[in-house]
Amino acid sequence: MRRILVGIKRVIDFNVRVRVRPDGAGVVTDGVKMSANPFDSIALEEALRLRERGEADEVLAVSIGPGEAQQQLRDALAMGADRAILVKSDTALEPLAVAHVFLELAKRESPRLVILGKQAIDDDCSQTGQMLAALWNRPQATFASKLEIQGEAARVTREVDAGLEVIEVDLPAVITTDLRLNEPRYIKLPDIMKAKKKPLDVIEIVSLGVDATPVLKVVKYEAPPQRQKGIIVKDAGELVAALKQRGLA
Amino acid sequence: MLIPRRDVDFQLFEVLDCATLTRFERYAAYDREAFASVLDTAYRIAAERFAPYAAACDREEPRIEHGRAWTIPETRAALAAYNQASFTAATFDADDGGLQLPIAIAKACTAVFSSANVAFHSYAALTAGAADLLVSFGSDDQRRRFVRPMLAGRFTGTMCLSEPHAGSSLADIRCQARPDGDGHHRLTGTKMWISGGDHDLAETIVHLVLARLPGAPPGTRGISLFAVPRDRVREDASVGEPNDVRLAGLNHKMGWRGTTNAVLSFGERNACRAELVGEPHRGLEYMFRMMNAARIGVGTNAVALGYAAYGEALAYARQRPQGRLPGAKDPCSPPVEIFRHADVRRMLLAQKCWVEGGLALVLYCARLADEERCAADATARARIHALLELLTPVAKSWPSEYCLEANKLAIQVHGGYGYTRDFPVERLYRDNRLNHIHEGTHGIQGLDLLGRKVAMQDGVALNDLFARMTGTIASAGSVEPLAAHATALEAAVADIGMTTQALLRAMSLDPGVALANATTYLDSLGHIVVAWRWLAQALTAHAALAAARDGDRDFYTGKLAACRFFFRHELPRTGPALQLLRSLDDTALAIPDGGF
Ligand SMILES: Cc1cc2nc3c(=O)[nH]c(=O)nc-3n(C[C@H](O)[C@H](O)[C@H](O)COP(=O)(O)OP(=O)(O)OC[C@H]3O[C@@H](n4cnc5c(N)ncnc54)[C@H](O)[C@@H]3O)c2cc1C
Repeated sequence: MRRILVGIKRVIDFNVRVRVRPDGAGVVTDGVKMSANPFDSIALEEALRLRERGEADEVLAVSIGPGEAQQQLRDALAMGADRAILVKSDTALEPLAVAHVFLELAKRESPRLVILGKQAIDDDCSQTGQMLAALWNRPQATFASKLEIQGEAARVTREVDAGLEVIEVDLPAVITTDLRLNEPRYIKLPDIMKAKKKPLDVIEIVSLGVDATPVLKVVKYEAPPQRQKGIIVKDAGELVAALKQRGLA
Repeated sequence: MLIPRRDVDFQLFEVLDCATLTRFERYAAYDREAFASVLDTAYRIAAERFAPYAAACDREEPRIEHGRAWTIPETRAALAAYNQASFTAATFDADDGGLQLPIAIAKACTAVFSSANVAFHSYAALTAGAADLLVSFGSDDQRRRFVRPMLAGRFTGTMCLSEPHAGSSLADIRCQARPDGDGHHRLTGTKMWISGGDHDLAETIVHLVLARLPGAPPGTRGISLFAVPRDRVREDASVGEPNDVRLAGLNHKMGWRGTTNAVLSFGERNACRAELVGEPHRGLEYMFRMMNAARIGVGTNAVALGYAAYGEALAYARQRPQGRLPGAKDPCSPPVEIFRHADVRRMLLAQKCWVEGGLALVLYCARLADEERCAADATARARIHALLELLTPVAKSWPSEYCLEANKLAIQVHGGYGYTRDFPVERLYRDNRLNHIHEGTHGIQGLDLLGRKVAMQDGVALNDLFARMTGTIASAGSVEPLAAHATALEAAVADIGMTTQALLRAMSLDPGVALANATTYLDSLGHIVVAWRWLAQALTAHAALAAARDGDRDFYTGKLAACRFFFRHELPRTGPALQLLRSLDDTALAIPDGGF
C-alpha cells in the first residue's frame, strides 16, 4: 500500500486577531475559532491530488492534540483523506515531541511520503518536518511549491530566499509545504456526512512511548510593540540618513 | 465584513440549542461537528468567492449584449463553488437530491453568504425558492426535469409575480396562459422586476410565472402557477431551443446591482410553452404557502447587510483618531480613537442591538420551521405553522426597518468617509434599502399582520406567542440582573395584548380606521418580539458568564450590555406607540386630499 501521511494541526483560525492573555502565560483561546493549520490543508490537498493521479493508494491524516482536534480530522476526512488518527495530548507539544510522534507513526504505517506544513501559524516554529527527517533518517524537501513523483523519487521545487530551487529526493521522504503549492479544495456538504463513516482512531500519546516532556521553557508571551508612526522623507539622501540614525544602514 | 462566527455559534447552539435538532429523524445523520463543518465551509466560500467581489458587482452593473444579460465573471465562479459544495440543495429531501440540512443551519449559512455578497447569493436563493415550490406542488416529471438540475446548479429559478401595473395587488395581473392542445399552455404577457430574470450563469432559467387561464374567476382565486423555462427542457432534462421568453430590459437599481433585474416579455411569437404547476387557479395560494420561507429570507438578508456594516463601523471606529474626550483640556494631547466617544459608542451599541436582535429573530423563526417540518403530528404542526405565519411579517419587516437604521448609523460612524464609495457602508445601505420593498412592501406586511394574522383562528397564534414570551419572562424574573427586564417585557406584552383587542374591536366597526396605522402595530410587535429574543440571549449569556474566560467573558458581557441597551432605549418606544394605536388616530385619513 502506497500511503501518504499528512499532519493536521488544530490552531487558532487565521482570521482571528490573536490576543495575549493578561497574565502573559499564553494567548487567549476561549471562545476563539480554531481551524486546521492552513499549510496542513495544503499538505492534505497535495496528498489527495497525488492519490487522484494514481501516485498513492491511501491518505492518512494525523493530528496530535486535544480531543477537539477530531473536528479538524473530520474535516480532513470530508476533504478526502481515507482515514485519520488523533494522537491525544492535552498539553502543548514542542516540535521535537511532535517529530517523535510522527516517527513512531512512520514506523507503523510505512508511508511513502510524509507531507507536513512548513510551519504552524500559531508558534511558527518551522522545525517539525526537518526534525522528523533527521530522526527517521530519510531525505527532506522543505518549502515545496511543486511536487512531482518520478518512480521512487520526488522532484520538488522549493521556495528559497534566492528564488526557486529544484531538488530530487528518494522516497520515502518528508515534504513540507509552502503557500503556493496548491489551493485546497472546498469541502462538499455530502462528504461531511460520508466522513462520519471513515475510520478515525484516537490513541493516547503515551501509547506510542513518546516522551513529551518539554525541553524548552516559555518565559512570557508579549504582544509585538505597536507600530510607530511612519515619517515621509524628501529624497534618497534623507532616507539613508534616517536609516543610519536607526542603525539600519 | 462577514457576520462573526462567534455570534452565529452562540445563537444557533447556545440560545437555540440546535445541536438537539439531530434528535429528529430527518436530521439524525448530522451531529454538532457536522454542523460546524457546514458552517466552516460556508464561511470559507463566502470569504474567498463572494466577499471579494461585492464592490465589483455593484460597480459593474449587468448589461445586455445580444439579447442576453451579462454579469461579471466572478459571479459564475462563486456560484460554481457554492453549487459544487451543494449549498443550493442543502435543505431539500434526500429523495430530491438534497441533504436534509436543518433550516436553522441553512439560514445561518444564508446570512453568512449574504453578508459577504448579497447579490451573488440571490441567484442561488431564488433557485432554491423556486425548486421548493416545484417540489411541493409540481409533478414528478417537473421534479425530474426542473428540480434536479436546479439543485445541481445547472439551472436557476425565478419568481415571476409582479407586472408593470400590478405589484402589491397581484389580483390584478394580466399574463394569460391558453391551452395549446398538447397538454401544455401558451403564455403571453409581461413581467416586471424579475430578479435573476436573465443572465449568463446557467444552462437555462426556470421561471415560475403567475398567469390567468381563459375564463378564470377574477381576483386572487383565478391565478394559476406555471413553470416556464427560458429554453425548452427536453425529456432527458437537456436544454433545447429558445422558449420565446424575451429579455425586454434591465432595471437600473439603487443597490443589489449584482443581481440582474429584468423586464420579461413572454410569448411575443406565440411560442412560449408553459407547464401548469399543480391545479388550475391555485397559483397564488401555492405562492403564499412558500412565502413564509421567502420572507424570513428577506429578513435574513436585511440582518446580514446591517451586520456587515456594523462590522465595518466597529473596525473603523477602533482606528480612527479624532478629537479628545470631554474634560481633556490639553490641545496638544493626542486625539483618541472615535470608539472612545460616548456618542459613537451609542451608535455602535444601537447597531449591535438591532443586528444581533435581528439575527436572533430570523434564526428563531428558522428553528420553528424545522420544528414544523419535523412535528410529531398534524396538530403540533398546525400550531407551529400558525405561529410562524404570525411571526413571518415581523421577521421580514423588523430587520428591514432596523437593520437599515443600523446601516444608516454605520455611515454616520464613518463621518464624511462613509458618504463616499471608498468605504463599503454606502453600498450596504443601498443594498439594504430594497428589503422594505420586495416580497410585499412594509405597508403590505402591516396589513397582513393586523388585518389577517393576529385574528387568525381566534388569535391562537398570538396567544401561543404570548405564552412563549411568558415562559422566558418567568425564567428571567428569578435571575437578579434580568428581573427588571422581565418586568418591563411583561408590561409590554400586556400592553400590546390590550391594544390588539382594541384594534380588533375597531376593525369590526371601521376597518379603514383600525388599519390606518397598521405599520405602527407591526413595528411595536416587532420591538416586543425582539426584546423577548434579547431576554433569551441575556439568559443564556448570564448563565454562561460564570465559567467564561478571556474573550468569552467580553462576549457574554457584551450581550448583557446590549440587552440592557435594548430594554432602556428601544422597548420603551412601544408604550407611546401602542397608546397612539388605541386612540385610533385617523389624521392620515382625515387630511383633505388637497391638504398635502
Ligand atoms: C430590486 C427588486 C427586485 C424584485 N424582485 C422581484 C421578483 O423577483 N419577482 C417579482 O415578482 N417581483 C419582484 N419585485 C417586485 C416587488 O415585489 C414589488 O415592487 C412590490 O411588491 C411593490 O409593488 P410595486 O412596485 O408595483 O409598488 P405598488 O404596489 O404600486 O406600491 C407602491 C406603494 O403603495 C403602497 N401600497 C400599495 N397597495 C397598498 C394597499 N393596499 N394598502 C396600503 N398601501 C399600499 C405600497 O406599500 C408602496 O409603498 C422586485 C422589486 C424590486 C425593486
